Amino acid sequence: MPRIKAHFDRLSHLFLPLSVLVILIVINLIKGADYFRITMVNGAFYGNIPNILFGASELVILAIGMTLVTAASRGQDISIGEIGAIASAIFVQYVLRAGSAVTLWTILAGFLISCVAGLLIGAFNGTLVSFFRVQPMVATLILFLGGRSIAFIIDGKVSPILANEISNQIGTVIPGVPIQTPIILTAVFIAVVVVVLKTTNLRLYVEAVGINPNAARLNGIDPKKIIFLTFLIMGVCSAVAGFIAVNKAGRHDSVNLLKFIMMDAILAVALGGNSLGGGKFSITGSIIGAYTIEILNRTLLRLEVNPEAIKAFKAVFIIILMVIASPVVRAFVRKVVDKAKTIVAANSVRKTVGLNKAVFFITDSSAGKKEE
Amino acid sequence: MLSEIILKMEGISKSFPGVRALHNVDFTLRRGEIHALMGENGAGKSTLIKIITGVYEKDAGQITIEGRPVQFKSPQDAQNMGIGTVFQEIALCPNLTVAENMFIGRSRSNFVKWKQMNAKAAEMLKSLGIPASPTQELASCSIAVQQMIAIARAVDMDCKILILDEPTSSLDEDEVQKLFALMRELKARGVGIIFITHFIDQVYEISDRITVLRNGELIGEYETAALPQIELISKMMGKALSDVTAMKKHEPPKAENSVPIFEAKELSSAAGVKPFNFAIQKGEVNGFAGLLGSGRSESVRAIFAADKVTGGEVKINGKRVKIKTPLDAMKQGIGYLPEDRKGDGIIDELSVRDNIILALQVMKGFFKPLSWKQTEEFAHQFVEKLEIKTPSLNTPIKSLSGGNQQKVILARWLLTHPMYLILDEPTRGIDVGTKVEIQKLVLKLAEEGMSLTFISSEIDEMLRVCSRLIVMKDREIIGELSGMNLTEQDVMHMIAQGGK
Repeated sequence: MPRIKAHFDRLSHLFLPLSVLVILIVINLIKGADYFRITMVNGAFYGNIPNILFGASELVILAIGMTLVTAASRGQDISIGEIGAIASAIFVQYVLRAGSAVTLWTILAGFLISCVAGLLIGAFNGTLVSFFRVQPMVATLILFLGGRSIAFIIDGKVSPILANEISNQIGTVIPGVPIQTPIILTAVFIAVVVVVLKTTNLRLYVEAVGINPNAARLNGIDPKKIIFLTFLIMGVCSAVAGFIAVNKAGRHDSVNLLKFIMMDAILAVALGGNSLGGGKFSITGSIIGAYTIEILNRTLLRLEVNPEAIKAFKAVFIIILMVIASPVVRAFVRKVVDKAKTIVAANSVRKTVGLNKAVFFITDSSAGKKEE
Repeated sequence: MLSEIILKMEGISKSFPGVRALHNVDFTLRRGEIHALMGENGAGKSTLIKIITGVYEKDAGQITIEGRPVQFKSPQDAQNMGIGTVFQEIALCPNLTVAENMFIGRSRSNFVKWKQMNAKAAEMLKSLGIPASPTQELASCSIAVQQMIAIARAVDMDCKILILDEPTSSLDEDEVQKLFALMRELKARGVGIIFITHFIDQVYEISDRITVLRNGELIGEYETAALPQIELISKMMGKALSDVTAMKKHEPPKAENSVPIFEAKELSSAAGVKPFNFAIQKGEVNGFAGLLGSGRSESVRAIFAADKVTGGEVKINGKRVKIKTPLDAMKQGIGYLPEDRKGDGIIDELSVRDNIILALQVMKGFFKPLSWKQTEEFAHQFVEKLEIKTPSLNTPIKSLSGGNQQKVILARWLLTHPMYLILDEPTRGIDVGTKVEIQKLVLKLAEEGMSLTFISSEIDEMLRVCSRLIVMKDREIIGELSGMNLTEQDVMHMIAQGGK
């Protein structure tokens, strides 16, 4: 029972992303009642929901990494799109080198190599932030600026094309499986994260370091190592996101692959009810936040907002959200609720006050006797 | 003039979800008096103060200032009515200068007249005898000086009512006397002062009247001169007098010749403590005595490797070991309760449960999380054993009172079953009841075979629990005192004479 209650306490953080989700769904249902309809096309599910899950897969993975980086380092990694671009460029080069004889093993090996690349880049960022104490946004600005050039140099030419069947299936569907592959990969990734959180103290360490690094250190946690670790994880998340993105696209466009996705990832973390100042975090919130952003994008498209104006609409929507979720408005709502509660409680308490006074009198006088 | 009532509070009640913080409390403050507000942690002192200062809104009751009913909507309202406050935790900006801190947010114009401001600040610092320069960065002042600057700031705001919440907890005797001189001066000017402290001697030294709260209720209002100390303590604790006086002093352990459980030779750290030798026997309680800044905290921090260790060697049970990080020390069975509870001890947003299991969890390792059930058991066990008052195990530790937070940190270390536990100022800013509980606990732990180092600014407290005192001055050990009949004078003499 207390455990359920503790979970419920955590769930209260999800109030914001969930309520936004509901609002967006209601808007979509008003626009057309067939919003939830799912049809089968060529043996795969097709409809709004699968599209959203498909479209948000990279963002969800990146939002998870961003949540951890934010919680531990109290700052954000703005180079994640670039890490993804570099890691996937390496993946593409490895696959292309295999020529026409691409097997599942080639893809797998390429994927693992790109993950190692992600780890190394994450280590670079992490070293700057944890050991040299550069502010995260400044440290990652380096790769944000230079990363795409590196990806371009690895590519060697403009947009190399991934023309093998396996890549195509990873980016779309595997025949016979009704769910698009990126959705499955995202689900697997989330499952891995859940297992990691269950079998390690990652949450406790990261939260302790994010809230009070001094106290964490005096309890045997090395804040530097933990911050470094979150950047390593972020690097892997970026590599995985790059892998999915490049397979979806079928070619490696070093300029546009995962461009500006760090903005959405940071937004997803904030929407998820997480403080951008570090400390306690909710990965569930960030995941819901990421899907919410995808739904928002698609809702605006569905409402036939001019594509040029979408960004402005999005900005307005986000401002409204942030104001609603701000501590000021929350405190106001709480006050109103509390007042309503006390009025109800006062009416019932009034009847018992007389009795209480009598009891206090008796206990006081008996206590007095003991003292003597 | 003395009898004129400046502040009157009647029937004040305040509840928080699940807690009744204040119930029907009356409080009166006269012009030109120093009124001590006493009570244990959770008695409702802080809540009452927060209602006076407009931080909380009362649920019921009436407040009148100089005969006029008032209703505070915000701290600003209270400030405008002439209520100045200095809180226990210094609420200044460490990265600004002293003068800026004194005048910040008070200028009517948008531009700052730097020269004028600095001159005014300099004059005030001088008149109050505060050893700081106006252009100095606040962080470079000692905590004690920062505290005095906070008071100077409040005083300068033309207040009629000054609230001092634990102003002396980080001051040494000399500074306390300076502060008291200042308080007497203000009193003579007709300011009503509400004084909250855990130092009972100070209450008797300076206050005119005492109001005692317990569990959110008014116990009574007394003339200080007419209320014996021991009676005050028993009223605060709600316990009979015999309970309060029953503490027994600890006998030093017999086995003097055995190998010390912990031994340090020529230990030094980056915090600037001079190389020192130190040893402690099994079941011994010793203490580092000395004035503020004498290096007592730095010494124990060096033992725990809380600061970077720069030299020396350490032996555990006669065997040489390397302690480079706090984790090394923890693995050798050493626990350390830091002096700065807020900055180094609690992880404020984490739950009581997480705060209790933290050290044990870290010792078990990153890949071996305790199960939910285990954490539940451990936390529950210590909440009961140490009588930690918390609504639930999942409550963030920051919403607990100071004394209960300290008990959580104690629980954290006791859970690791250390063989040597260092307690640096474990009773600072804590009510008498909890203080006595902690002292008793220390003696009990020592009886069970744990070795402890106990540091306190209150020498009488150390004399009560420690069988051996290591006396420090100017970051150096100048001598050692032991025996059952030590007095405060002995320690003072040693510090004054700088050794033998």
